[in-house]
Amino acid sequence: MSRILMKGNEAIAVAAIKGGIDAFFGYPITPQNEIPEYLSKHMLLNNKVFVQAESEVAAINMVYGAAGAGARVMTSSSSPGIALKQEGISYMCGAQLPCVIVSVMRGGPGLGGIQPSQADYYQATRGGGNGDYQLIVYAPETIQETIDIMKESFDTADFYRNPVLVLVDGLIGQMMESVDIDKPIKKRSVPKKDYATTGTKNHTGRNTINSLFLDPQELENHNLLLNKKYQTIKQNETKYEMINVEDADYVIVAYGTMSRICRSAIENLQKTGLKVGMIRPISLWPFPKAAFDAIPKSCKGILCAEMSMGQMLDDVLISNNGRHQVGFFGRTGGMVPEPEEIVDAIMNFPDKVVK
Amino acid sequence: MEVKYKKSLGLTDTPLTYCPGCTHGIIHKLVAESLEELGLLGDAVGVASVGCSVFSYLFFNCDMQQAPHGRACAEATGIKRILPDNIVFTYQGDGDLASIGIAETIHAANRGENITVIFVNNAIYGMTGGQMAPTTLIGQKTTTSQDGRTTANHGNPIKISEIFSQIEGVAYLERVAAYDPKRVLRAKAAIKKAFTYQKEKRGFTLIEVLSTCPVNWGKNPVDALKWVKTDMAEVFPLGIFKDKGENNE
Repeated sequence: MSRILMKGNEAIAVAAIKGGIDAFFGYPITPQNEIPEYLSKHMLLNNKVFVQAESEVAAINMVYGAAGAGARVMTSSSSPGIALKQEGISYMCGAQLPCVIVSVMRGGPGLGGIQPSQADYYQATRGGGNGDYQLIVYAPETIQETIDIMKESFDTADFYRNPVLVLVDGLIGQMMESVDIDKPIKKRSVPKKDYATTGTKNHTGRNTINSLFLDPQELENHNLLLNKKYQTIKQNETKYEMINVEDADYVIVAYGTMSRICRSAIENLQKTGLKVGMIRPISLWPFPKAAFDAIPKSCKGILCAEMSMGQMLDDVLISNNGRHQVGFFGRTGGMVPEPEEIVDAIMNFPDKVVK
Repeated sequence: MEVKYKKSLGLTDTPLTYCPGCTHGIIHKLVAESLEELGLLGDAVGVASVGCSVFSYLFFNCDMQQAPHGRACAEATGIKRILPDNIVFTYQGDGDLASIGIAETIHAANRGENITVIFVNNAIYGMTGGQMAPTTLIGQKTTTSQDGRTTANHGNPIKISEIFSQIEGVAYLERVAAYDPKRVLRAKAAIKKAFTYQKEKRGFTLIEVLSTCPVNWGKNPVDALKWVKTDMAEVFPLGIFKDKGENNE
């Protein structure tokens, strides 16, 4: 075990190779370019596939084809690029194909900006593709956690035959931290890919990868099957961290870069004598709803803090279920708040309460 | 008793969904027979597209993937890069390939992806009920060009084989038709050659097949076949547009 200093995007690329990917397909977009740049060299050195596609649309469909052929595949992009991939993502969920998608968020809407943002929470958890589908969405807050989640995500995707989205923002992508790239992760055994289209001489019967069911009853049955899978994922794959929630005066809910800022804010608030805890969702879907049961009755309020205009806020309101007052603090467009802004939001909580 | 003719092993027993007089069925047969005769059925992975041939994943007796509209060549790229020794082909119509999927198709060709594209051009959107296609002829009436396609409003029919003949990565490119037995035999030879080139890892191969759509053209099957010969082949001349093998390029 040795620690090295590594940039977030490069760490994602290295973790993907450690996670055993066979192929990467992507298209350049800021602020995630170090991922394809690193892989363009190292995938070929490792005798693996790297293709710079003509568009994000083509890239996700190459991922679809390769995943259908039985490979461990990945793509990465940023906000407007992830928007373009939504078609392929919906098809992959429909055809039950595994892959890992990395989204390094920047400000929006439209071309937006290139500074860090969390305004794609809806895009990640609600999707922009058609139909009843869900992505498994993980939002790490450190580069080490990003590496560990990346490596685990390939197994998770294969296990459930469903895409996994790793959601970070430009700040995590661009900053450097000390990491142990070989830190052991929890391995799980994954089923053999007997669905893969490898040619009929290589398996019994005929394999087809498909998401078309013209008979409505067949399509409903297919959706029921998918839903059963999503319910299992909800039970087994929810991840979160709880910090001092049990006797908290206020509880902050934040993920990714925002949870890092809130950690500093919580330390500063402790000096004033206020007990502030935090629920940090690591899986955004499934959302850690049960964590909210641990918030004490005496808690004066929950502050949802995001680098957006309030998207995770919906899930916080649902999970809180009217038990406590909920406030919101948000910066967006690439503005990264100072811890003092969170301190102020807690100190002036009544002003932040969502009506 | 000597068997003179039987259905290709390359086709399943699923009844085809094509309209009477449509030549998709013939083209399916040619692809299936070619794969069977070349001994490639067990290696083949086909990509079905969106349009009339969307169900081709049910018809071809090999492994198949069904692609989003226009994305067949991107999917085929993903498959072929993982399985370089398999035979990977797409089966696409003119709306799928020449309109929404032209970027994916051109770039797959430009990368010289070692895949075979069967491009069925019937100058109309059949599946959705007869709308104008990028290959619709000038003056041709469709549900979205009800007084006939005009150059001023819609531009001219796009000529895929002519455009793709400029691309380095293309190893074999021929436009064929299925309007009479002679042309059908020629089409089969072209398809077989494309698969052979792929097996020999020579690069991207595309066979454009002029096909019919009697229902949406408002013609009976015989007149539809005649129209391919007299009108379509005038705009889309038949022939070999590129052959890297013979020119030894």
